Amino acid sequence: MPALPIDEAGKYVAGAYVVFLVLVLIYVAIMAAKLERMRRDLTELADIAESRKQEVSGG
Amino acid sequence: MTSLKMPSLRVMAFATVAVLGAAFAMVFFYAPNDADQGFIQKIFYVHVPIAICALIGFVVAAFHSIRHLRTGDPIHDVRSYVSIHMGVIFGTAALLTGSIWARAAWGKWWVWEEPTLVSFLIVYLLYATYYPLRYSIEDRERQARYASVFAITAGAFVPLNFMAVRLAESLVHPRVFATADGGLPPEMLLTFFVSLAGMALLFVTLMRFELSAKMTSAQVSRLRRALDSEAPAASASRIAPAVPAEQRI
Repeated sequence: MPALPIDEAGKYVAGAYVVFLVLVLIYVAIMAAKLERMRRDLTELADIAESRKQEVSGG
Repeated sequence: MTSLKMPSLRVMAFATVAVLGAAFAMVFFYAPNDADQGFIQKIFYVHVPIAICALIGFVVAAFHSIRHLRTGDPIHDVRSYVSIHMGVIFGTAALLTGSIWARAAWGKWWVWEEPTLVSFLIVYLLYATYYPLRYSIEDRERQARYASVFAITAGAFVPLNFMAVRLAESLVHPRVFATADGGLPPEMLLTFFVSLAGMALLFVTLMRFELSAKMTSAQVSRLRRALDSEAPAASASRIAPAVPAEQRI
């Protein structure tokens, strides 16, 4: 096949680079959601540890 | 004995952005257009490094699996899992970018007669079965052992598959490297290697990011269990999670 003109080839080239970028962004977004869940878990555990400490010190 | 210390995740992230940014700038402002394919050949600089990183990721997973089976240390199993995970993600990107390139260059999204494409798809689908295999086993130790055996077997298949493809007669897919009539001109070759370095850095950075997240998740679960074991019976059910977070490591 002959080489595509640059205006038509540009769409495909942009498409390939955008697909790569979107996949990386999706991955980062999923990881961010996981980290957020971990942060909530840690907050909950810190609250539990704090309340235990108060129970012990309160007698 | 001195040990090699890996740079921090932050340093690696900045290095990845810098090298990938430089690579993409070189692709569009430094590397010449291909005489045969024209501007569409620019996809080569993203597609090929991604595919190489995916395949190397599978081989790295096999290496960690061998270490896991030899030492029994679960950290090697986690590293193997993360390598395969990243390999599958990069494999997805390689298939998608390759398909776009095929549509532009050959007029078809996929060519079933082409051994390079089909063999990569076979390797990709093989690794896609890793997840159902792994999570169909409930016992954590058996799960890790079976996953390691799978990773070693499939990892050995990757170089064999690569050699078979090189020996096979290509119909449409170009053989850019190691061809008798030369290869890429120096500007294209340099751009390609910078792109490859950028993708490799991205692969390693994301891998370390995921490993770090998995380790933190495991520590959170450990902490939860420790608090759970100390808890009075009434509050135990509130603390215990339905599914332990580290079960997916």
